[in-house]
Amino acid sequence: MATLIKHRKVVANAPSPEGEVLRLEPTDDPASVAGRLAGAARVEVNFPKFGDGRGFSIARLLRSRYGYRGELRAVGQVTRDHLYYMEKCGFDAFELRAGEDATDALSGFEDFSASYQK
Amino acid sequence: MYLYDEIDQRLVDERVAQFRGQTARFLAGKLSEEEFRALRLRNGLYIQRYAPMLRIAIPYGLLTSKQLRKLASIARKYDRAYGHFSTRQNLQLNWPKLEEVPEILAELAKVEMHAIQTSGNCIRNITTDHFAGVAADEIVDSFVWCELIRQWSTFNPEFSYLPRKFKIAVNGAVHDRAAVGVHDIGLHALKNEKNEIGFKVLVGGGLGRTPIIGSTIREFLPWQHLLTYLDAILRVYNRHGRRDNIHKARVKILVKERGIGIFRDAVEAEWAHLRDGPATLTAAEVERVAGRFTRPNYKKLKNEKPGSEPGFQAWTSRNVHPHKVPGYAAVTLSLKKTGVPPGDVTSDQMDAIAGLAERYSFGELRVSHEQNLILADVRQADLAALWREARALGLATPNIGLLTNIIACPGGDFCSLANAKSIPVAQAIQEKFDDLDYLHDIGELDLNISGCMNACGHHHVGHIGILGVDKNGEEWYQVEVGGNQAPAALGKVIGPSFARAEVPGVVEKLICFYLENRDSEVERFVDTVHRLGVEPFKEAVYGNADQTSQSRRERALA
Repeated sequence: MATLIKHRKVVANAPSPEGEVLRLEPTDDPASVAGRLAGAARVEVNFPKFGDGRGFSIARLLRSRYGYRGELRAVGQVTRDHLYYMEKCGFDAFELRAGEDATDALSGFEDFSASYQK
Repeated sequence: MYLYDEIDQRLVDERVAQFRGQTARFLAGKLSEEEFRALRLRNGLYIQRYAPMLRIAIPYGLLTSKQLRKLASIARKYDRAYGHFSTRQNLQLNWPKLEEVPEILAELAKVEMHAIQTSGNCIRNITTDHFAGVAADEIVDSFVWCELIRQWSTFNPEFSYLPRKFKIAVNGAVHDRAAVGVHDIGLHALKNEKNEIGFKVLVGGGLGRTPIIGSTIREFLPWQHLLTYLDAILRVYNRHGRRDNIHKARVKILVKERGIGIFRDAVEAEWAHLRDGPATLTAAEVERVAGRFTRPNYKKLKNEKPGSEPGFQAWTSRNVHPHKVPGYAAVTLSLKKTGVPPGDVTSDQMDAIAGLAERYSFGELRVSHEQNLILADVRQADLAALWREARALGLATPNIGLLTNIIACPGGDFCSLANAKSIPVAQAIQEKFDDLDYLHDIGELDLNISGCMNACGHHHVGHIGILGVDKNGEEWYQVEVGGNQAPAALGKVIGPSFARAEVPGVVEKLICFYLENRDSEVERFVDTVHRLGVEPFKEAVYGNADQTSQSRRERALA
């Protein structure tokens, strides 16, 4: 079972209490789920490949344009080297790719202590 | 020079630590080849034909003497005591060891340098006019805007895994010396009728295997909106750019496939949400960044009459350029001496050039995208002394703007992508045109050579462009004429390709035809091509149609 990190802590992957789990692929438009965000238990954004960066924009849109405040989980090829960028774009939950070292991964959040972007 | 603040320094230091960790994980087998590739490339590290290659960032081409000395010492300690200045105003080392790269990056960080985003599918080094800040036709000091964009693009979390590389150029003067038409985004500073500053925004230009000149997406973007507008373009590209085929992944293909109208609508729709958001630039922010640039402390001087020594005169006419401050001039140190690979400099030369910059130009210099070095703030009274020193160092070839000022990629001698070598072709052409009087008679001519269709040598925008192609494992060269950097125009291929030994002779035929047919001495080669068309140049090289098929038969039999 893949390791789950929430708010920079490794947690058990328990079923969400209630509500719908929405899942977006890189080609999906977040506008398509805008009306269902309020009742969602969480939104998952899939990263099918290490170098596919579309999910970063999807996360930004969900947080800023569609005002989603609930759990936003990155799934798929999620590695230590993505976590800093993913968190900056609004993800707060990360399902690590199988085989990733969870302790090492946690230090990925600390790669940079400042950022230029507002 | 832009001086780092505490955050700039911290980010560069943290980047070194991050890459050190990534390299260690790769060497320990914890990162796959493919994943490490994506990570090392964004730190400038390639695995080349014979060895790794490290591309060191020189943001917008601006360097201090101290930094150049550090580059010299790194090249000595970790490489073979030379480096190659590239068309993106960066420096490439051709022989570093992979496991030593984190050490090299740590040394660079000590002098406020790095290799961040010099490769990989992210936003690359921002390039600009090498006369920024000193040009007589300046509208804005483009360095300040480049630095604002550098900060916005550095580790930008949303745009770190784009479909493909992304190149931005900024031009701050009336004349475009940054080739904004052949970049993913080109920004050309303007003033509107109210004297307010803004940018004309071009998108979707680029060279490579599908050369395209950028389309105007906005005629005038007020400066406050620069970063939010870039965010909008990049977001549309990140979400919709093609990821199925590496050769169709640049933004130019997205713009071409959708049409600029539809692409513009998508960007404007995105921007409607981002406009006036937190990334909107304020005067205070622009001043903060501008304030971190040191400025030369110019003396009040009068313009001088240049000396008339023959060699000095030729040099001042080609390598000395006007300056906005009276009594000063900008000087190009030519890295295009015959027999030296274009853009290559030894560590000893780097040290010597650092000394020249200290003594003659406030300790700063610039790298031009034509692969030369510029001392931007030289007192006119010092020109003759500088010329003598530069000449002794082999850096005073008076060929700027002339045929032998060849732009060339490293080509098949180093690069694993190349189909053919570029350096020996450049040298053979330089040798053929070694006579200075003849060169000056030919006048302005850009000759650019790329070793493959990735076009690092910008052959599409050379007045004469030469492209290395592979035919059944052999190196051949295709010749184009009529390209131009600004206003951007793409060259047209004159016909079937040539063996390497034939190339200088082909260039000579083109030049002879031009000299016989130019309408006056002021009509440049490229103007004659545009006036007469490619056809007569083609005939001058291949003969008429009958002769052409005859020569084709002979070549097929050869």
